[in-house]
Amino acid sequence: MTDQQTFSLDGKSIAFEDGDTIMDAALRSGEYIPHLCHNPEFKPHGSCRVCIVNVNGRHVSSCTFPASQDLKVESNTAEIKQKRQSLLQMLFVEGNHVCPGCEKSGACQLQAVAYYCDMLSPHFTHFFPRREVDASHHDFLIDYNRCIVCELCVRASNDVDGKQVFSIQQRGIQRHLAVNSDSGRLGDTSFSKTDKAAHVCPVGAILPKDIGYNQPIGHRLYDRQPISQVGDVAANDKTLQEEDTPHG
Amino acid sequence: MDIENLFQDVRQRLNNHYDSEKLLLLQVLQLANQKGMQFTTDFFSSLSERLSLPATEIKGIASFYSFLDKPRNTQYDIRISDNITDQFQNNAYVINTLQEKYADNPKVNIATTSCIGMNDQGPAMLVNGYTIPNLGPGTLEHVFSLIDDNIPLTSWPSELFTVADNIQRKDILLNDVSGNGTSLNKLTNAEPDEILSIIQNSGLSGRGGAGFSTASKWRLCKQAETENKHVICNADEGEPGTFKDRVLLNSYANQFIEGMTLCAGIVGASQGYIYLRAEYLFLLPKLNAVLQKRRDDNLLGNNILGKKGFDFDIDIHLGAGAYICGEESALIESLEGKRGIPRNRPPFPVTQGYINQPTIVNNVETFLAAAGIVEHGADWFKNTGTEKSPGTKLLSISGDCKKPGVYEFPFGTSIKDILSACGASDTQAVQVAGAAGHMVAPDEFDHAISFEDYATAGSFMVYDHSRDLFQVIKNFADFFKHESCGFCTPCRVGTSLQSDLVEKLVEGNASSYDINEIKSIAKLMQTTSHCGLGATASTAILDLIEKFPQLLEKRLKHLDYTPAFNLDAALEQSRQITGREDSQSHIGGYHD
Amino acid sequence: MADINNLKNKLEKTRPEKIKLATTSLCGCFGCHMSFLDIDERILQLVELVEFDRSPINDIKKVGPCDIGIIEGGVANAENVEVLQEFRKNCKTLVALGACAVNGGIPAMRNQFELKECLEEAYINGVGIENPMIPSDPEIPLLLNKVHPIHEVVKVDYFLPGCPPSGDTIWTFLTELIEGRPISFPYEQIHYD
Repeated sequence: MTDQQTFSLDGKSIAFEDGDTIMDAALRSGEYIPHLCHNPEFKPHGSCRVCIVNVNGRHVSSCTFPASQDLKVESNTAEIKQKRQSLLQMLFVEGNHVCPGCEKSGACQLQAVAYYCDMLSPHFTHFFPRREVDASHHDFLIDYNRCIVCELCVRASNDVDGKQVFSIQQRGIQRHLAVNSDSGRLGDTSFSKTDKAAHVCPVGAILPKDIGYNQPIGHRLYDRQPISQVGDVAANDKTLQEEDTPHG
Repeated sequence: MDIENLFQDVRQRLNNHYDSEKLLLLQVLQLANQKGMQFTTDFFSSLSERLSLPATEIKGIASFYSFLDKPRNTQYDIRISDNITDQFQNNAYVINTLQEKYADNPKVNIATTSCIGMNDQGPAMLVNGYTIPNLGPGTLEHVFSLIDDNIPLTSWPSELFTVADNIQRKDILLNDVSGNGTSLNKLTNAEPDEILSIIQNSGLSGRGGAGFSTASKWRLCKQAETENKHVICNADEGEPGTFKDRVLLNSYANQFIEGMTLCAGIVGASQGYIYLRAEYLFLLPKLNAVLQKRRDDNLLGNNILGKKGFDFDIDIHLGAGAYICGEESALIESLEGKRGIPRNRPPFPVTQGYINQPTIVNNVETFLAAAGIVEHGADWFKNTGTEKSPGTKLLSISGDCKKPGVYEFPFGTSIKDILSACGASDTQAVQVAGAAGHMVAPDEFDHAISFEDYATAGSFMVYDHSRDLFQVIKNFADFFKHESCGFCTPCRVGTSLQSDLVEKLVEGNASSYDINEIKSIAKLMQTTSHCGLGATASTAILDLIEKFPQLLEKRLKHLDYTPAFNLDAALEQSRQITGREDSQSHIGGYHD
Repeated sequence: MADINNLKNKLEKTRPEKIKLATTSLCGCFGCHMSFLDIDERILQLVELVEFDRSPINDIKKVGPCDIGIIEGGVANAENVEVLQEFRKNCKTLVALGACAVNGGIPAMRNQFELKECLEEAYINGVGIENPMIPSDPEIPLLLNKVHPIHEVVKVDYFLPGCPPSGDTIWTFLTELIEGRPISFPYEQIHYD
């Protein structure tokens, strides 16, 4: 029997395989590291920075940092928690996250991670940007107010659906999601409700129509249990499988 | 001009092999803009069809780059350099005069742009991409008359575009390196490892700022066993206040190109690229001529100096106005025709760089130094400088001094000696290493320029006591907000928050609460950003706060807290709509 | 939950007077105050410990020196600014209660529009308007260009998110604050909606 490779995460020994990132190995061992732009089905991105951990005194994003033998990784410390809170607060003030008026509330990963990190206020000064809502598609709407530019929909549409429905425009604070059609509207693309891209948005930016309040507020994914126990939004999205199941 | 011709034109300028035309997209957009083609929906659709990329994605690439996001759409497109040294050289006069004269003129567009590398001869501007320095009233009058007479830019007198080198002090690099093939001759008559060990012995490390051992980098790339490798010269000199590469590109092209060729010979690369910042468009013809001459002299091309299999050629790719592309992995993305977003590392470029093949990226000065070291030996180099920082460093000195320009100093030279050499007096602070670098206070002037003390890629801006250091940090905060690529949360949002807080501070409305906010946002950006841009975007701001407490004291509101915005100004729209000016229609601005 | 009698005894030893509490609603819907009343009969225990200063509960109009000030609602007009600043001056501890105070909430959705558009929609172009005109009476507080959360106008010590925060959340907060313990909530007591 060969020696199992391990590193330490907050003092716990975590087994890993060649090619694993810290995140890969941690999730496999059932250890939760908060994250937003990461989805194990896609190539790591490393943009939201919420999964930062302290590795030998350096901050790295655990979704992109390769695991290696005897690495000492700190995740659940006061310092890291404070930094994650600040990063989340930045995401909240950057967009318009009006939770009381959002259909996704209670089942939103941005919210859930913020709850997990004990975020009580957005702290920073709000940008209150003016952004559009695109309801042109029959089955889905895009509310750009809530987009955190994690690029999961871009990745899903490019890599899985092969449709290239989404792209990223501009840079800096102007960086934003756009739809690849002449009109810029989702309704004028080949986007469909069975697309992978329709089921990866961690927030309420890409939303199915008509089913918004099927699940009442208070009984939603993260209303009773933390994300560390229930898992990501995308992992709990059963609608795609249901669509795939043949009827009869 | 149609898309087909545009591609042909771009192809014609290139010698290397490109697997896909997508790799040329940025060059195509860049050339289209130079030619004044309009970025219409039709334009993007034809590109989209040709490259099988969604039009929106192409727009997304264009919109990443300042010069293409707002492409030229007037007969005269004027972009005035707006670095802090330009501001101190009264570029406001240039901006205001131009705006007054041409505000409503449809043939003139006036905008500002990040530092264009003319700090020693500012204020300066780009007209249709070409540099006009020394914008005194006389020059401006001249420009006005040309515009008023509708003279096409190609017929403007060349003296307007004359850029001086302003070399003020030469040492080994600027004196001794020939660039005439001597080092390549040595390479063709030796084993690459022997040549590499000379560079290793010299202790040369990258001149771009990070300071990684050049020989180690080249060795790692050499060891990679792949057919195709690439050598990239990072000539995207975007750090505010640096212009020494401009001088090397202009007057030492043979020397650094020889360094690139040497590198290619050692690591086994056949394709080279000079990634030239768009602001240095004026250097393009001269660089192309040097490359052609070297091809004619068998110093580039196939079987260099008669050595069979030593094949290497160089293409020049233009940037399009993006500071982040000076970061090597963002530069590679840009060179692949994409948005310049820094990559996750590992893997590093030495194993997976340009089109995922092993790639060397070095600074212009590093390549030049390597050529010199092989030509003259390791001792020639390491006999100057310090033990940990052998050799010399080119500095771009600008600001409040009598003799701005390029200076070559041995590493270990003190800031005091540098100030005295450039004729600076009454110095309040020195900005070492640009906007991303440190603001150095007088009590630190005994410190030296070196990797172990104040490291710098070459920017050295001097401020005397007549300057407002808060204007400096405001300029830098705006710069970083403008140049952040926006990929990661802390830099994208942090640079914006920082810019607002610094503005509040500069205007005298900040409290100690805001200072703490600036510090904690800085700490977050330093530790959690995806790349160096976010990590260094607060350096100068924190320096001012920490090293100049007496200035800070005078600028602060002595309150625990002041509102995030001017309360009274926030009633202005209401006052206008209702026409009210009664006592209830005003409240305190930042405090009650 | 804290044992109120113990707490009361403890407090009586350290301070002769009751804790003074003031509350107000700025640009909010009074839902947070309704939720405050959802502490139900526990309010009887609360008044053992605290005395209400300005609050919609007792209709006192002017805030005096207080230990705790609770603000519902965001800052939308000149009067909101004035009241908020008065609270800050008078209250040792200032608390943002509910989504609107914390991030502007639903009223801040008007920030998507120019103020002029909002007023014109409400007073000129809207359906069923008679005598269309934008009011300009000096008695009416002028609107700010945008609705802001209260921490953008004054320094805030504590934030209780929620639309509204539940009665239990408010109870947990007040009892722990009064007791001087670090405030922590059970998972289900913190939500933003």
